[in-house]
Amino acid sequence: MPPSNFKRFVEVGRVVLIKDGPLAGRIAVIAEIIDHNRAIIDGPTTDVPRQAFPYRHLTLTNFKLTKLPRAAGTGAIRKQVEAEGIVEKWNKSSWAQKRAAVQKRRSLTDFERFTVMLAKKARADRVRKAVKAAKA
Amino acid sequence: MARSKELVPSIGRLSRSQVYARRGLYKGLKKSEKAPASDVAPVKEKPVGGAKNGEKRLIPTAKAPRFYPAEDVHQPKKSRKSPKLTKLRPSITPGTVLILLAGRFRGKRVVFLKQLSSGLLLVTGPFKINGVPLRRVSQAYVLATSTKVDLGDFKVDEKINDAYFAKPKSKGKQSAEEEFFSEGKPKEKEAFPESKSADQKAVDSAIIAAVKKTENLSKYLKASWGLSKGQFPHQLVF
Repeated sequence: MPPSNFKRFVEVGRVVLIKDGPLAGRIAVIAEIIDHNRAIIDGPTTDVPRQAFPYRHLTLTNFKLTKLPRAAGTGAIRKQVEAEGIVEKWNKSSWAQKRAAVQKRRSLTDFERFTVMLAKKARADRVRKAVKAAKA
Repeated sequence: MARSKELVPSIGRLSRSQVYARRGLYKGLKKSEKAPASDVAPVKEKPVGGAKNGEKRLIPTAKAPRFYPAEDVHQPKKSRKSPKLTKLRPSITPGTVLILLAGRFRGKRVVFLKQLSSGLLLVTGPFKINGVPLRRVSQAYVLATSTKVDLGDFKVDEKINDAYFAKPKSKGKQSAEEEFFSEGKPKEKEAFPESKSADQKAVDSAIIAAVKKTENLSKYLKASWGLSKGQFPHQLVF
């Protein structure tokens, strides 16, 4: 078989990002695969109750819990998540940080947008002056 | 009133005794006191000039109407409803920064002071910052932001109410000649009354002191608001 181009697989222990619904934006772990449409996901430390979830509304991430047995219970998953520090790794990833930045930008109030505009102008001004000084 | 719902014309859901209980008639009907008849004499004395006229006439205080309709006209019942004060949006509290959307000062960010008894909102620029004076503004033409200026215990003077903003009675109309001659020349304007500037300054001094405490807030109030490309009001948080 030619080497697979796929890197992220739906498997027990895969960390997933929930895309739609009331739990959107949270990460959970695949505990068991039901069929070609759904899996049981569980996120004890991220407020995701253990439930069946369709793949349609999930995105696979790069992270995986390595030592998870199939059909592990919530308690076992919690211990593994805390041991491997998956949630912290996810929060540090640039993907999660970009998501957080976009969310922050969308929730800025009118005054905050104004201060951001002033800050951008101040930065552009400093850059321009530095370039001018470097050229001279 | 606790009437019973009509299931079929003339048959209500509740029986006579149930309605009695619902209306609380066991407490007895309310007896309202009629207002005492006004103490105005029905007839007034008026002096009359001319000799041998008897010097006085007795004139009725309330004149009889000049016109009676040919047939009895049905008088509509007097309404007992009175309008309530316009509901103020919960996002608007004293010190809130508002964005004016219409009128002479559209696009300006102003500070909300209080709601007047007519329902209009009293706002001020402050005048020194963005040129908006003490002004009344309708709630419908205003965007409330979540930015608030901490006014503390500051209360606007009670004399600044709806009557304060009434237009002064204009001078009598010019005669046609005067108007013809003065056409084209700029109309005389009355100088802005000193008392109003003093009121403006008194209100603004407290607000500007509070505004200075937050960084960039005075710049924010000085700048105008507008939508730029890609910005949609339903997606923005104010």
